[in-house]
Formats: sequence, C-alpha cells, structure tokens
Amino acid sequence: MTVLGVLVAQNIAFGVIAAIMVFAALRLVTTRNVVHAALFLVVVLGGVAALFLLMGAEFVGITQILVYIGAVVVLFLFGIMLTRTRIGNEEGTDHPRRLPAVLAAALVATITIYAVVTGFGDAELPADTRTTTAEVADSIFSTYIVPFEAVSVLLLAALIGAIVIARRN
Amino acid sequence: MIWTLALELAYWQQTAIKLVVVALVIPTGAIILGYVFLMKMMSFMQSRLGPMEAGPYGTLQLLADGVKFLQKEDVFPRRADRYVFALAPVVVLMSTFLLYVVLPVGPDAVVSGLDAGLFFALAAASLSVIGVLMAGWGSANKYALMGGMRAAGQLIAYELPLVLAAIGVVIQAGTLDLNKIVLAQANGELFGWGGMGFPYILTQFVGFAIFLVAVQAELTQPPFDMPVAESEIVGGYQVEYTGFRFLFFFMGEFGTAFAFAGIASVLFLGGWYVPGLDPTSGWFNLIGPFVMFIKIMAVSALIFWFRFTFPRLREDQLQKLAWKVLIPLALLNIVVTGVVKVLV
Repeated sequence: MTVLGVLVAQNIAFGVIAAIMVFAALRLVTTRNVVHAALFLVVVLGGVAALFLLMGAEFVGITQILVYIGAVVVLFLFGIMLTRTRIGNEEGTDHPRRLPAVLAAALVATITIYAVVTGFGDAELPADTRTTTAEVADSIFSTYIVPFEAVSVLLLAALIGAIVIARRN
Repeated sequence: MIWTLALELAYWQQTAIKLVVVALVIPTGAIILGYVFLMKMMSFMQSRLGPMEAGPYGTLQLLADGVKFLQKEDVFPRRADRYVFALAPVVVLMSTFLLYVVLPVGPDAVVSGLDAGLFFALAAASLSVIGVLMAGWGSANKYALMGGMRAAGQLIAYELPLVLAAIGVVIQAGTLDLNKIVLAQANGELFGWGGMGFPYILTQFVGFAIFLVAVQAELTQPPFDMPVAESEIVGGYQVEYTGFRFLFFFMGEFGTAFAFAGIASVLFLGGWYVPGLDPTSGWFNLIGPFVMFIKIMAVSALIFWFRFTFPRLREDQLQKLAWKVLIPLALLNIVVTGVVKVLV
C-alpha cells in the first residue's frame, strides 16, 4: 500500500525492527553478563537480517542468519561458556579507558554517516528492490569475480594463520 | 488454496490461515511421529506392545502425556538464569516453525515460496543451536552445560554435510526454490521416457544418504544423542526442564523431524508430485498434502529405524564421521554432479 508515494507497511516494519535493534544494541554494551551480551548480539544481527529481507535482498538476509547467528555467535557462546560460565552479574565487564572507546565509536559513526549521506544524498530507492539469488550469483561470478576470489584467498590465508598460531603450543 | 476455495482472500487473511495451519501441523506431526514410530515401531522391534491403555491401541497416549505436561508445576532451578532458561525452548520451537515457511505441499499450497527456499530452511534449522546453548547454560547445572557443549559441537559439525548434500540436488535442478525443484523432477525424463518424472534419489543417492545421517545428528537422535545421553549426562541440556517447557523441546524435536522428512522428500523423492498427472494442475493443491504425508512417513520410517537399531557413537567417533567421511563424500558428490551437469 502506498500513501503519497511512501510504502506504509515497509516503513512501519522498519521502525519496529530499528527500535528493537537499538534497544538490543544498547543492552549489549550495558549488560553485566557476557552471555547476555552475546544473546543481545543475536537480536541485533537478526534485526540486520530482517532489514535485508525488508529490502528484498533475500539471499543476503538468509546468509546473515546462517553465517552470523548460526555460526559466529554460536562460536562466541561456545567459547564464553567453556571459559566463564557464571550466572548473574560479573566483575570486570567494564573497561577503565572509556574516553578512547567513545572517541573510536564517534569516529566510526561519523565516517559511516558521512559516507552514506554523500554517497546517496536525497536519492530515493525504487519501489521494488527485490533481487533473486540468480542475479546475486551472476554478478558475483562475472562482474565481481576478481574481488570475490581475492577475498576468498584472504579468508583462506586468515584461516591457515589461525591454525598455525593455535598449534604453536 | 485460492483455486480450490474459488474465492479471493486478502493478504492478511491468507497469512492468518497459513499461520493457523502451521501451528496445527507441528503438534499433529509431532504426535503422529511420536506415536507411530517412537511408541509403536520401537516397541514391536523390541518384542513388546507399547502403550495399549489410552484409546484403541494406545493412540491417545501422547495426548494424555501432553495434558499431564501442561498440568505440571512450572519449576525454575534456584540458581538458574530465569530469562535465558525460559526463552530457550521458545527459540528451539521458533526454529521449527520457520522450517515450515518454505515447505511446499502443492503448487500454491506453501506459506511463502521464497526464491532461496532451501537456503532459508537450512538457515532456520541452524537457529536451534542458540536455544540449545541457552538451555545448557541457563539451567545452572553441570550436566546441562556439558549437554549444551556437546550439542553445539555436534550441530556445527553436521550442518556442513547437511548443506553440502543438498547442493547436488540444487545443481541438478538449477534452482533453490523448493517448488521449482519439485517441478524439475516432475518434468524430468528417464532415458527419454517422461512417464514418471525423474526423482533425484536416482542420481543423488549419496546425497540422500548423507542428508539423512546429518538430519539424524541435527535432531540429536540416537546414534547421535550424546547431548542428551541419559546414561552419561542424565538428559543433557533438557535435565532441568519439566512441564510445558519440556513439551516445547519434544515438539521441537519431532516437529523438526517431520519438517526435515518433508524437505528430504521434496529434494530427493519428487515432493507432492505423483506420476501421470499434469504437475501444473490445481488438483495438486488438494492431493499434494496427502502425497507429501505418505512420503514424509516413508522417510521418517527410515530415520526412526536408524534411531532404534544403532548404538550410540562416542564423541570422537561422531566428529570423525562428520569431518573425515561425510564432508569429503559430499564434496566429491558436488564435484561429480557439477562435471556431469556441464558435460551432459
């Protein structure tokens, strides 16, 4: 449904998802329990996936769920639970150097906002932004084949590096 | 569905109907699998009768069990993390619900025919690990934590063969859309004869076998039930759960078994199609659910047959089987399928 050229349902859904994500992100850094922080991260990443789906980027959204929630956060949780398994508030979740952290966060936010605003400005999205999996595959394996392969090799190198460092002992 | 009812429904009405249907299918499927296989088939394999008192041949046993679970007190362990403990079964059941979103039982009879449907199902299945880890940690119990750890290691290891085994079918069909995979099999020809379509189990038998083994491990059923091994860690991550929260885990496990059997029938057995009829015909919206049910029961029979007849593996054997046997075999299957697809 469109009112004055605005997709109403999409905008409401975006607002709800964004509000949940902001809340979860704030709780993620303020909670005093590491496992809770990891679980709030799941909510934030799930929100990112939901936003991708809302934009019609089906494949990217599902990849977000499969890779980040299904694998990365599971490894986080696995590691946290193996080493520190206390329930309730923990000591030492705060870091004394707050000012550098605030500066770093502000810098990242400024760069991101600047890049988005200068990159897109007032440009409006087309009403239908759906992309099929076939289109994603075609662009990755034709136009962007070189960067794609370069990133793959880089990831492989990082993987082997991690194994070498871990096996030193 | 619209075709059979001959009326036009608004989007929210369709969505409401679909939600109710899925909410009914999950407990019904779980009860049917639990009764037919867990109670009766296992009993007959072990030369006993199984439940006989509640209803004819004990058919109402699981309903009675369900009512019993609902009546129980809602118990929290004293030192448990209440929120995480309470949410864990919900997360597991949510993953089961999401599986049904893309499962087609007819040309139009599907909740949402996503373009990347198979990919969505595999991603949704991977969410249950989070719930299992939450249950293991939130219970404040050593055995629960050990069970959660075992489950996470196992589910991560067996997700890979699950995904890789399905890729062979995707290469052959040339699509991730589950309904298009069904159509590709219905329109296939066997040596130039199109009379019965071309179910992919004929060429993807290796993939089918790997898929079923990986499903077994994803469901943490014997012989892969170390996360809940009652004789080692007294029930693993489920040890502190009673009442309706335990019922959630039960429905999650059997509902997921039902859904995975459905996905396996779509990928390898031709889904809702029966030979001899036009696959685009609207009648398949009516008979498709029944065809799918028969195929789901056949695949489930295989899954539960393994469950009742194999002894539990050891933790290292489990990891070895995934990383040294199933994953290389699945990769080889992908390579061979890809080469044949390009050449033929």
